[in-house]
Amino acid sequence: MHYRFDFAALEEYWPDFLSGALTTLQMTAVATVLGLVIGILCAIGRRSPRAWLSGLCGAYVEAVRNTPYLIQIFFIFFGLSSIGVRLPVLAAAILTLVINVGAYTGEIVRAGMDTIPAGQVEAAESLGLSRAQIYWDIILRPALERVYPALTSQFVLMMLASSITSQISAEELTAVANNITSITFRSFETYIVVAFLYLALAVLLKLAFWGLAQALFPRRRRLGTPL
Amino acid sequence: MGSFTLNHVLYLLQGAAWTVVLTALAFLLGGVAGFGVMVLRTSRSRIVRRASLLWVQAIQGTPLLILLFVVYFGLGVVGIELPPLLAAAVSLMVYSSAFLGEIWRGCVEAVPRTQTEAAECLALSRWQVLFDVVLPQAARIAVPPTVGFFVQVLKNTSLASVVGFVELTRASQVINNSLFQPFLVFGLAGCLYFALCYPLSRWSRRLERKLNVGRRQPA
Amino acid sequence: MSAVVSLRDVHKRFGQVEVLRGVTLDIAAGEVVAVIGRSGSGKSTALRCINRLEVIQSGTIEVCGHAVHDPALDLRVLRQDVGMVFQSYNLFPHLTVAENITLAPRRVKRTPRAEARSLAEEALARVGLSDKIDAYPEQLSGGQQQRVAIARSLAMHPKVMLFDEVTSALDPHLTGEVLKVMEGLARGGMTMIVVTHEMGFARRVADRVIFMHTGLVWETGPGQMLAAPQTPELKDFLAADL
Repeated sequence: MHYRFDFAALEEYWPDFLSGALTTLQMTAVATVLGLVIGILCAIGRRSPRAWLSGLCGAYVEAVRNTPYLIQIFFIFFGLSSIGVRLPVLAAAILTLVINVGAYTGEIVRAGMDTIPAGQVEAAESLGLSRAQIYWDIILRPALERVYPALTSQFVLMMLASSITSQISAEELTAVANNITSITFRSFETYIVVAFLYLALAVLLKLAFWGLAQALFPRRRRLGTPL
Repeated sequence: MGSFTLNHVLYLLQGAAWTVVLTALAFLLGGVAGFGVMVLRTSRSRIVRRASLLWVQAIQGTPLLILLFVVYFGLGVVGIELPPLLAAAVSLMVYSSAFLGEIWRGCVEAVPRTQTEAAECLALSRWQVLFDVVLPQAARIAVPPTVGFFVQVLKNTSLASVVGFVELTRASQVINNSLFQPFLVFGLAGCLYFALCYPLSRWSRRLERKLNVGRRQPA
Repeated sequence: MSAVVSLRDVHKRFGQVEVLRGVTLDIAAGEVVAVIGRSGSGKSTALRCINRLEVIQSGTIEVCGHAVHDPALDLRVLRQDVGMVFQSYNLFPHLTVAENITLAPRRVKRTPRAEARSLAEEALARVGLSDKIDAYPEQLSGGQQQRVAIARSLAMHPKVMLFDEVTSALDPHLTGEVLKVMEGLARGGMTMIVVTHEMGFARRVADRVIFMHTGLVWETGPGQMLAAPQTPELKDFLAADL
């Protein structure tokens, strides 16, 4: 085997790599925020005493968690366009990411909520807090702090999974790489460069989440112990 | 545009069968590699532990799709042509080695340190300690997350469709290209995936609950 | 009516088990009542019914003019008048001592931040923990946590305070500091209902002792009644306690 690696051939494409990485980051940021909102709503819904609501949220979570993301993308993207809803690819890609990560987040947040002892809620009730206040101050905030590491890895996994949206030609990092290989035929080099870029993005994302935790959770900042 | 027929259903089922074959192959290879990673990650040598951690983090920080492209297109350019099935299996093996290695490391480390110490005091070798004392205890708690990861592998075999291997996802794409009924076709494919994954997911959760109940009771 | 808390023929069931079988009780403003009895006698349940952590099946409960038995009652109004301290403290672990205390004043009464802070300082001074205002619960001993829980209740300026076996989870040497705080409150004129195993506290501090047995008020009287029990059940209970 006498293959000569030639990374220099890719040099002129670094602006493309960069813009692809930026698109991946933007998709990740939007999907993280929206996915977290969906996940929290879903977790609250699953804990509802109304059977239809908890059943609906449970069905959503199970449907997403037990089917491949790629099938979800095809179902949503091609399905929507078959009934005349033509979303821009980037919007469609983000939509599928949000639907996907919302289910995983919902399960994580629910597990966190379930760790809050009943006595905490009773104490808050005895102080006269309303249901909404109890949900926010006594259940949700500590639950999120508790499952924060799991949420972080879930969102990093989502960032990596966003590469699959290249299959509907969302112009993120993987799609950019595919374009470059079709011009340069340097697929080995290209995908290795892209692998390192994803690694860098993953590290960046973890750092960002760490910083966010420092800002959001003063207790953890001061004591350094898990809640 | 034609209509959906029994032949399409059979074609989907055939794809599902290949999905199962690929999953089994990938999981088998990944299990062996993952066991290796677990051994390295719990090594006594710090350098080995660090190096294997680097491997784990590199793989866990790379999309599976990119791994697949490196193996399929990349190796192809270098002159190693793998058929799509094998390329998918190899990239899933690499991917699984990192995740299974970490899952199993956690289980091994959950076995109390005193067990290892007691076994060492009986003059057992490192491998005897691992196989006769640690692994039997670790295996019990390893089953639920391992089954859970099996479901991940099963879902991830859908990426093999991207390099043209006709498993369930590729089969549904082929059908949809001729019928253009995406809700029906991909919905059906989704149902088949669900039928394969959901029982395993439930089983994994039930095992985990049982384990938690067992552990809460005092010895 | 001078009674601040008044229970009339209260019945409470958990499934098939009847825990309260017709409890009638009046507590006047400023009175300190100790409720004693075996576990399962219904004493904690009775306490929890008073601020409706439990819903009763029949009878009436009036607290500070609120009809607790009325399903339409606004619970938040009731609970601003009734403070409750739990066996397991139930401090909020993710909040500092100050935040634990100011949470309800700020959220429920819309007290401005600075004012709530001085409220917390004042409440902490009453339980002798002024120096712990910015600590987190896990940095405190059990006794200190329980005193913070009392301060948290005090900061809402309740008219009645309920204490549910507040020293049962504490080591004996930490029990004293909590009881001392409660004694101080009693002397300050707070209306208190104290479910407790501390016979010394019941005898010394309570204006009245209530012995509950099998879901009923079995015997009631001043602290001295513990020295001369009238019913064989109370006699047995006291003997077992020694």
